[in-house]
Amino acid sequence: MEYTIRVGGEAGQGLVSIGSVLSKMLSRSGFHVFAHQDYMSRIRGGHNFYQIRFANFPVTASREKIDVLLALDMETVDIHRQDLNTGGVIIYDAAALGSQLSGQEFFDVPFARITEEKSADRIMVSSVAVGVVLGLFDLDIGLFAKIMESTMEKKGEEVIAKNIAVAQAGMDFVEKNYADSNAHKVVRPMTNGQMLINGNQAIGLGALLSGCKFYTAYPMSPSTSIMEYLAHNAPKYGLIVEQAEDEIAAINMALGASYGGVRAMTATSGGGFALMTEGLSLAGITETPIVIAEVQRPGPATGLPTRTEQGDLFFVLHGGHGEFARVVLAPGTPEEAFYLTNKAFHLADKYQIPVIIQSDQYLADSEWTFPGFDTEDLHNEDFRLRHQALQEMSSYKRYASTDTGVSPMAIPGASRHLVAVDSDEHDEDGHIIEDAATRIAMVEKRFHKKMPLIRQEIAPPAYIGHQQAVAVLVGYGSTSGVLQEVCSHLAEKYRIGMLHFNEVWPFPLLEKFDYLALLKQAALTICIENNATGQFANLMRMETGFEFTVRINKYDGRPFLVDTLLGEINEYLQRL
Amino acid sequence: MNTSNDYKEQQKPAWCPGCGNFAILSTLKKALLDMNMEPHQFAIVSGIGQGAKLPHYLPCNFFNGLHGRSLPVATGLKLVNHDLAVVVVAGDGDCYGEGGNHLVHAMRRNVNLTLFVHNNEVYALTKGQASPTTMTGKLTKTQPFGNPSEPLNPLALAIALDCSFVARAFSGASGLPFLQEIMKEAINHKGFALVDILQNCVTYNKKGTFHWYKEHVYRLEEDYDPGNRVEAFRRSLEWGEKIPTGIFYRNDRQTCEQRLPPIQETPLVNQAVFSLEAGQEVNNFY
Ligand SMILES: Cc1ncc(C[n+]2csc(CCOP(=O)(O)OP(=O)(O)O)c2C)c(N)n1
Repeated sequence: MEYTIRVGGEAGQGLVSIGSVLSKMLSRSGFHVFAHQDYMSRIRGGHNFYQIRFANFPVTASREKIDVLLALDMETVDIHRQDLNTGGVIIYDAAALGSQLSGQEFFDVPFARITEEKSADRIMVSSVAVGVVLGLFDLDIGLFAKIMESTMEKKGEEVIAKNIAVAQAGMDFVEKNYADSNAHKVVRPMTNGQMLINGNQAIGLGALLSGCKFYTAYPMSPSTSIMEYLAHNAPKYGLIVEQAEDEIAAINMALGASYGGVRAMTATSGGGFALMTEGLSLAGITETPIVIAEVQRPGPATGLPTRTEQGDLFFVLHGGHGEFARVVLAPGTPEEAFYLTNKAFHLADKYQIPVIIQSDQYLADSEWTFPGFDTEDLHNEDFRLRHQALQEMSSYKRYASTDTGVSPMAIPGASRHLVAVDSDEHDEDGHIIEDAATRIAMVEKRFHKKMPLIRQEIAPPAYIGHQQAVAVLVGYGSTSGVLQEVCSHLAEKYRIGMLHFNEVWPFPLLEKFDYLALLKQAALTICIENNATGQFANLMRMETGFEFTVRINKYDGRPFLVDTLLGEINEYLQRL
Repeated sequence: MNTSNDYKEQQKPAWCPGCGNFAILSTLKKALLDMNMEPHQFAIVSGIGQGAKLPHYLPCNFFNGLHGRSLPVATGLKLVNHDLAVVVVAGDGDCYGEGGNHLVHAMRRNVNLTLFVHNNEVYALTKGQASPTTMTGKLTKTQPFGNPSEPLNPLALAIALDCSFVARAFSGASGLPFLQEIMKEAINHKGFALVDILQNCVTYNKKGTFHWYKEHVYRLEEDYDPGNRVEAFRRSLEWGEKIPTGIFYRNDRQTCEQRLPPIQETPLVNQAVFSLEAGQEVNNFY
């Protein structure tokens, strides 16, 4: 059993609140949920939708066809009508849309009238809409009541009660008026309520649970909800969240905080990352740990502010002048985003380097369900030299030479030892130098000594599928979910597998897992990327010499959907 | 007890003989000694420029970062450790040019930082181009027909923005005792403090010599009231024949640190590194 609900309308019509309440209710009922958002860069108007897929088996991507279209305006009907599955329903309010639509798929629900009848505020039509969906799938209104109680607490009991009453009225309306009350049967999975989380929340949660104490950023879609999440939790968990005057300030402030002795982070999208690159290079030469989340949107320049793309891979690999060690992690799911954020803080502190978590709008805004995250799996270790251990040192040099290239990192002000840091090339004491011998020693320390050690920390790509696959689908970052679904569909007919990279720099070693051998034995290797030039495929060639037989690139600013991708891959498979 | 010996030179300064930076450095050392400040009790954050090399020449914690970016670094450092005195040293190019945006926002944010601007009216390290405070008409290699722009008035800017402490001092021999007093006041001030220090440049600013400044600077009157913002603004506009020095303006605006709940008791850096309670946060996603 699986269903897809699409809620469409103008910005400002409440579709995000309808969508998020529905996802939450469905996940609390124990269903597996995958929800993604498609919205325009404007406050009011335009066309936007929120799509929720739920099933009694795990779902990790969006479908093209839908079962329920909740149309808040006429444009939604016009655009999405064609995507309706047979037996699907389009819910609309004829009075609000100004026309009665004929066709058996249409179901007219007088949202506004129902709201008025209950003498509720107009904005509560959203709750009527939720009630209608509850009615269609015969879900428990108690779930909705609970959500209202927790999210509307500040608005008072009356508002909560009204919302529940109008939702009930919506449910009743379906029961009385919907032709076939058994049309949308649901089969609940045998699980309890599931955790529901999107990519940006997972990064924020990961940061909180990794001891991040200082977060600073300049708002930029689609990264901003990380700051919203952390700012909201700042007082509770003793975190400072400072909105910087620009991204240059953000990265420099974070570096100042990190130098001061706490775990610090910033996030942005491509344009802001461009402004941060000098600071990134500063983190490199000063060996100051920092975590940067780069949540991509399509460029160049302002591009498509609220849409998705994987166009900045080479940018984060190479951004910043000069040569220095860095790590780039590219989570494929919110769960990976959570654990990789923890790994980012760990590696940043352990090796005193910048670590970049690269995500994109699709992952940032997609909600997934999980049985739960195990905080026991987090790796939290304090790498700074402080307290007695620092006070007892007979002498201290910030850039003392060591076998690993990693020097003890002391906290300024915590002892009589002085901590001196410089963006100029420097000696072990942190003082400016220009002589060749010291320069060579420092480059070796920062790069040649650290890099092989860092590379050992990088996990190999994940492989799912047949061990002697004829076809292997390859991707990195946010395409993981759609690749999984496509692969499991095709596995019924073909010897197929998928290879997904979520730690992309330093490029994974072959010693832990010889993914090249696996690719070389396959007749068809397809690299699937949300960009125009195939940056990951190019990186693979650069690092291993391997050339994929096919590249599938999508650069319309939208994510891959299961059905379209399946169709495209099927064509290649049939030609085998 | 620290002695002037504790502040002896670590590195040989890379400044031209006769540069005003020497006097600013020695005056800062004296001010720190007067205040009984031990080297580990403060940090100096600087950017890039001749003046910005200063932290290399006295024992201290320092972060010598990028050109123009000292204020954000200092802001991050101070917010995580407000027990540490944080002094920022910048050039006029560094702070009024490349980092101008940060200056405006540092004043607005009002973090308890002390900013000393070595204002030599020129980009010295890069060999003499016009800076934001260079006089109109000055000939340089990149303004061969004369600097077409008018100079910035940093004091008027700061007072207009209600900067918490605004002062000007002169780094010629006659001005040094006063500079020392102003430095101490600025470091002790709770809030963002800007001290614009008039400095010669023996190599690239032939007009702005110590001698020239000496002829033109004077001290604000004994009974001058730095609490009067309008008067302070008026006095900040005086420039040319007569250049006032002293504390133009001060207020007791709340600092940024005072507004941040997590650091009302203990500096962030001294709090538990990993908070166990944060683990509960996972439950909010069910
Ligand atoms: C991003 C960047 N741009 C330009 C420079 C080159 N640069 C270094 S110092 C400087 C100006 C120095 O003038 P000022 O800050 O007034 O300091 P002074 O040397 O006069 O003390 C410039 C332009 C740089 N280091 N970084």
